[in-house]
Amino acid sequence: MSRLKRKHLLGLADVSKEEISLILDTAEAMKEVFTRKVKKVPTLTGKTVVSFFFEPSTRTKASFDLAGKMLSANMLSLSGSSSSVAKGESLIDTGKTLEAMGADIIVIRHSAPGAPHLLARYVNASIINAGDGAHEHPTQALLDMFTIKEKKGRIEGLNVLIVGDILHSRVARSNIFGLKTMGANVRVVGPATLIPKDLKNLGVEVYYSLDEALKGADVVNILRIQRERQKKGLFPSIREYHRFYGMNERIISLLKDDVLILHPGPMNQGVEIDPIIALDDRAVIEEQVTNGVAVRMALFYLLAGRGNQNEKIN
Amino acid sequence: MKKLIKNGIVVDPERGRKEKLDILIENGKIVRIAEKIEETEDVKIIDVTGKYVLPGLVDLHVHLREPGFEHKETIATGTRAAAKGGFTSICCMPNTDPVADNPSVIRYIQHRSAEEGVIRVFPIGAITKGSKGEEIAEIGMLKEAGVVALSDDGRTVMNSGVMRRAMEYATPFDLTFITHCEDHNLVDNGMVNEGYASMMTGLPGYPAEAEEIIIARDIKLAELTGAKLHIAHVTTKGGVELIRQAKARGVSITAEVTPHHLVLCEEDVLSYDTNFKVNPPLRSKEDQAALIEGLQDGTIDIIATDHAPHAYEEKMVEFQWAPFGIAGLETALPVIITTLVKDGKLSLMDVVKKMSTKPAQILDLSVGGIGEGQEADLVVVDLEWEEEVRVKDLVSKGKNNPFIGWKLIGWPVMTMVKGKIVYQRSGFNAGN
Ligand SMILES: [Zn+2]
Repeated sequence: MSRLKRKHLLGLADVSKEEISLILDTAEAMKEVFTRKVKKVPTLTGKTVVSFFFEPSTRTKASFDLAGKMLSANMLSLSGSSSSVAKGESLIDTGKTLEAMGADIIVIRHSAPGAPHLLARYVNASIINAGDGAHEHPTQALLDMFTIKEKKGRIEGLNVLIVGDILHSRVARSNIFGLKTMGANVRVVGPATLIPKDLKNLGVEVYYSLDEALKGADVVNILRIQRERQKKGLFPSIREYHRFYGMNERIISLLKDDVLILHPGPMNQGVEIDPIIALDDRAVIEEQVTNGVAVRMALFYLLAGRGNQNEKIN
Repeated sequence: MKKLIKNGIVVDPERGRKEKLDILIENGKIVRIAEKIEETEDVKIIDVTGKYVLPGLVDLHVHLREPGFEHKETIATGTRAAAKGGFTSICCMPNTDPVADNPSVIRYIQHRSAEEGVIRVFPIGAITKGSKGEEIAEIGMLKEAGVVALSDDGRTVMNSGVMRRAMEYATPFDLTFITHCEDHNLVDNGMVNEGYASMMTGLPGYPAEAEEIIIARDIKLAELTGAKLHIAHVTTKGGVELIRQAKARGVSITAEVTPHHLVLCEEDVLSYDTNFKVNPPLRSKEDQAALIEGLQDGTIDIIATDHAPHAYEEKMVEFQWAPFGIAGLETALPVIITTLVKDGKLSLMDVVKKMSTKPAQILDLSVGGIGEGQEADLVVVDLEWEEEVRVKDLVSKGKNNPFIGWKLIGWPVMTMVKGKIVYQRSGFNAGN
């Protein structure tokens, strides 16, 4: 396979193994650009990429911006707030405006699940989902998979554990879809109130004990805990969460020597992860950031670099 | 002038007949039904050879939006949509602005229906003031004003004490309670079926249990108070089972299901198309099968549309901001015929029972039959007529219909209320 069969990247639920492999292989080539003296190639000259963030996210936004610039695209950044949309400022209208300005790719981050799908239905540009509510965050999962493949040489057959708030996590959803497609064994662990009840139907092993779940795990992906979940009564306290699901000093003895520790950032140290784990040399949290740029360059290249933006394939 | 409907196949569950008959109508009433009625000079002939003549459909669950939300629908547009769908009588829910919780709002609706409506409109009064679930509405005066039932549809009376008192108080007034069963605390901000749909979309889940808990509660309260209970839009397997058990115990209970819950399922929301956003949500395939079974064995008595029109721009937003609801009056009958009658799950006779005869009986509306002496509320249906559902053809202000693009058969070609033709499908010739 040498090209993507899709126009948009809205999520990983329906992306095939071949397509994911293509993205990861392309990212590998893109990462090579980092080693150059002049970190810029002309691949997307003349193309316009708009990043459209309705939620603040310094790191994802910077990663997309840098990826676009390294490929020589015209980059335009917009920010909005989801509340202004709720007041009647239409996402579709804004999307059509961007289209009229010649956007080839629109990267959207939004608090509403399905917002990228809505945009994809009404505008002609390629849409990349940079995180939609509790639905998906496909580029994060791709960079996680890229990192795993880079460090472990493979994804298939590995035991990958995702720790934390699975229910509200777009990172977890995209990882589950992508990892299952690539043949990994996926486990999740977290408070029962933060795990969707039908997850087993996706072939995911569900644990409620971190100690149990860690046994034999090759990769541990630690999700960020949002304090507002505690305010909503989904778990009793941060202290209690840290006691049962926090990656703390006690946990170290349970980890495999060659385990890979991932975290999408930014970390809540002392909540889901303690500094001792974040600083462990088995943690690859900073490399994830670098790999994020490479994966996003790969996507830009695959979606806009090959002149396929007018195909109506979704 | 007299009208003679000739050569139609009359389907009438009340008299258990399905046969080729002529119907003579005079002064809005059916004066004669016979195998062959001679044509005379003073009679307008409507030849419906090969088509079916059914009693006009009766919908117990419609949102007409007037007063207060005229941008979504009005009595004029809503009743026209109903007529086009083959309905001759509809009951309108009280969640208007102001809420239909007092006689003056009821009289307003009646007045507007007489002025602007093309079919019969029966208002439903609120159970509690403002449908807030706190104080019971002026139930006696609502009855005097002519309401045919009570409902806080869209909301559940969450306080069981208030619900009990409302049921007790209303019993002497002999009004049926139509209840929207949703434990609001359990649903929280849920908007799609909790399970596969919520897992795949990341949208907040709405568990089946939220519906079943209130169905169970309302059944218990009906038993306690002797109130007549009608469960609105059942969507879950567990809900069907609760109703089945209550009926077996002899509780005075009836239930309805919507065409969309019979035909669609939770997988349809994976597209985030807001036309599939409805309360209660589209459920699992298993629930869907249980609803069809419940309809077949009589546990679920009727089909009602829960016609819930919204303005175009209100649905053209992110799924989570879109209002709940499907505007289904115009497509209900063809959807049922195309999906359930065509593959033998229901007979046309069953459909007439579920969409006309039985709904009329539940609220004692004295419509829904084809008999000499009865008022001529009729619909002529062409089972062969195939047509695609197109936005531009919809007469309801609400274009929020998930069946757009579907090719359906079994369209009404003519609808008549009190002998007057209130709808005629373009391409159908009702004669001279
Ligand atoms: Zn309702």
